[in-house]
Amino acid sequence: MIEGKRQPLSSVYVLEQTMKLTVENLKRIVRSIVTTEENEISCEECFHEVDRFAEMELAGKDVAEAMPLVQAHLERCEHCRREYEALLDALKAISV
Amino acid sequence: MQERTNKEWLRDLRGPHREEAIADLRALLVRGLRYSLSQRGHGDINELIEDFVQEALLKILDNLDTFRGESKFITWAQKIAVRVAYSEFRRKRWENISIQDLLPEDSGIDFTPEALRDPDANPEESITQTRIYERVLTLINEELTERQRQALLAVMVGNMPLEEVARRMDTNRNALYKVIYDARKNLKQHLIAEGLTPDRILAAFDGDRR
Repeated sequence: MIEGKRQPLSSVYVLEQTMKLTVENLKRIVRSIVTTEENEISCEECFHEVDRFAEMELAGKDVAEAMPLVQAHLERCEHCRREYEALLDALKAISV
Repeated sequence: MQERTNKEWLRDLRGPHREEAIADLRALLVRGLRYSLSQRGHGDINELIEDFVQEALLKILDNLDTFRGESKFITWAQKIAVRVAYSEFRRKRWENISIQDLLPEDSGIDFTPEALRDPDANPEESITQTRIYERVLTLINEELTERQRQALLAVMVGNMPLEEVARRMDTNRNALYKVIYDARKNLKQHLIAEGLTPDRILAAFDGDRR
């Protein structure tokens, strides 16, 4: 497994974690429905913009004001958010 | 390692100093990725990082023409390296799981209000929340297409990444986003038509933020 020795995630484990219709994921569904906006960007559109967004954030600018659609997507999409956070750290390590 | 402007990166990666520029870029991407992944508990994967960076370099060199210069070149390149690494993590984690594995066995969703009662909510909130869940689940079963329903549940309940769901549904991440977006919009409109406006629904969950 690539994910590392600390968190062995066998397929069975993942399945047990994911099949349940829990209160938590119901809340997630409800929130995602009611916060649906006319203007949203997709994961790929977010990816196109996220380098500029990251530089603005690292420069201390108000990204939510400057790029609200990217901000909203990152709040909505857990996988894009994780990637974005990883990008921020990578950029810090190479002093961008 | 020499500092380069965007223009210099593009010139060097395309010109006679290509090998040196690639070596510099590789070193930067490895440094960034190693630090970032180590911060996230992905330790001890040096060999994988080299592979990720190699794959990222191929993508970067193939796509130099698409770099629009809206960020620093190295930021754009690092974004691609992070995407390569995370795509691989996601692929590995989900490789043996089908969408059907993530969905309930029958065509609908079992709804058992008792099981869905939030122990942290007060009785009044709990009743309202349960009613909302019930309506949402019914609407998901009755108003969405099978494709919308599968995609929404695989992502929201199964927590499967979009690109993995897309691969299994013979589409791409962008198109799948649209499928789920249309489903959310459709559900929102139905809820509003029934008097369950976003404000009312969010108010019913206010206790969560206290």
